Formats: sequence, C-alpha cells, structure tokens
Amino acid sequence: MTVATETHSEHDHSHDDHAEHGMSNAGYIRVAIILAAMTALEVSTYYVDFGAFFLPVLLTLMCLKFFIVVSYFMHLKFDNKLFSFCFYAGLFLAVMVYCIALATFKFFAA
Amino acid sequence: MSDVAVHEADHGTHGHITSTGLSNNKVAMWLFLGSECLLFGGLISTYMLYRGRVSIGPRPGNVFDIPFTSVSSFVLLMSSLTMVLAVSAAQKRDDRGTTLWLTVTALLGATFVGGQVYEFTAMYNEGLGFTTSLFGSSFFTLTGFHGVHVTVGIIMLMSLVGIIKRSDIPGDKAEVVELIGLYWHFVDVIWIVIFTLVYLIPA
Repeated sequence: MTVATETHSEHDHSHDDHAEHGMSNAGYIRVAIILAAMTALEVSTYYVDFGAFFLPVLLTLMCLKFFIVVSYFMHLKFDNKLFSFCFYAGLFLAVMVYCIALATFKFFAA
Repeated sequence: MSDVAVHEADHGTHGHITSTGLSNNKVAMWLFLGSECLLFGGLISTYMLYRGRVSIGPRPGNVFDIPFTSVSSFVLLMSSLTMVLAVSAAQKRDDRGTTLWLTVTALLGATFVGGQVYEFTAMYNEGLGFTTSLFGSSFFTLTGFHGVHVTVGIIMLMSLVGIIKRSDIPGDKAEVVELIGLYWHFVDVIWIVIFTLVYLIPA
C-alpha cells in the first residue's frame, strides 16, 4: 500500500506564518525613522561639542543602530536562535580577536 | 510495503527535510555573514592602527567631507528600509511590489556607490592616493572592499529583478529575496560601523 505524499512547497499557511514573523511595513518605517534620527544625532557630534561624552555617545549610537538593523531588518529577533548563534559567534570572535590584536599594538594605551 | 513520508512541520524548509528543521540556505547565509564580520573586523582594525600614520600627504581631517558622507550614509540606510519592504512584498506574493522595491534599493545603492566614487576622486585630487601613506592604503582598502560588496549587492538585486520578471526562480521566491536582503542589510550594518569609526571619530 502506498501513501500519497504531499509536499509543503506551495502551502500557503507556511508562508502566512512566515509573513507573520517580524513586523508590518508601518513598523519597518518607524524603525527607519528611529535609525535616521540616531544618524542625525551621530552627525551632530561633528558640529556640537559633546565634551567627554563624545566618544561614549558615538559608540553607543553605533552599537544601537547595529543591533536594531540586525534584530529588526534582518529579522534575527524573530527567527530561530540558531541563526543568532551563527552570526553572533562570528561577531564575537571578530571583536575579541581584533581587540586583542589592537591591544598588542598598544592601541588602547594612553 | 507502505511508504510513509515524514515531513518536518517547519516553515523554513519548504518541503526539504533538514537535520535542524531550518532552511540550509538561511543557515549558510548567516554563517557567511558571521565570517564577513571577521573580514571587515580585520580591515577596520588595520585602519584604526594606521590612520594616524601619515608621513606625507593629507591627514584624515583634511580630506573627509562629513556632510557629504552623512548624506551617503542616509541613502544607504534608506536602502535597508526599501530592501525590507521588498522582502515583505515577496512574502505576500506581490511580485510587482517586490520588483519595485528591489529596483529602488538597487538605485539607492548605486547612488551610494556613485557618492563613494566621487569622494575617492576628490581625495585623490587632494593628494591622497592608495600608496601615499599607510592611512591612505588602509582607508581605500577598507572603503573599497565595502564599495565592492555594495556593487555585488546591486548586481544581485538587479539579477533578481530580472529573474522574478521571467518567473524563473525555482523553490521559494520569498526565501531568495530574504537571503539577498540579509546580505544587503549586512552591508549597511558594516557602513554604520565604518561611518562612525572612520569618519566621525577624529584620528
């Protein structure tokens, strides 16, 4: 006896669920506006003297923008954690290795 | 003998059984992007080491046009928005919307690359060449590599538009658009880091 097999490739429900992952178009536009505002704040550091806060503000904004794009535009926040592991493992390795390399060349020395 | 097909109730595999229950293509793309972090990490850290090494030629503060580069950065940022709108359209099976947003993304990317070419030309005219100083070499290598990545992304986007118009994509169209979208967003994310570390933080 054979059992008819069925494939998933054209099932609408799988794509509906996939479309439910993440945000609506309005949500993406909101995120883009937030990113644009953060970019404007970054650029303002070129014109306005932030004093001792210059470097912390810039680096914080850079990291925030990085993770917002990765989490929302790249859907990492809504996807399987294995994808997060694949990406963040590489990112962590890169940051560690190159910070050690820079420290070797006394980049962080006063 | 009965044949019983066991299918993973997984949305990502689309009919293909995988050991993780996820799309192998998507896992591969994320691993690739993780490896790209290592590539650009090396280029960025080399630039950070060499940006103060100017024996001859102009210094960073003499050649960077922050207002112009800020506009370029904004253009690339908006291309990330249009890319995610293309992915959203693809998931809704809207071919027309998908090709529209992919084309807009490619145009914005081309605008960014054009801005980079203009910037490099201006820098060369001001005396900063690839072999002028360690700063020049590391700067042009870093931003050049990024520019090549953007260009490759534009080629992929326009190829995808052509393929969608001919309805030649086998398998899941939305996944193909999503994978190219991941690459494009990564290119934008790297520019976020480059813009801050290279342009906004003075040497």
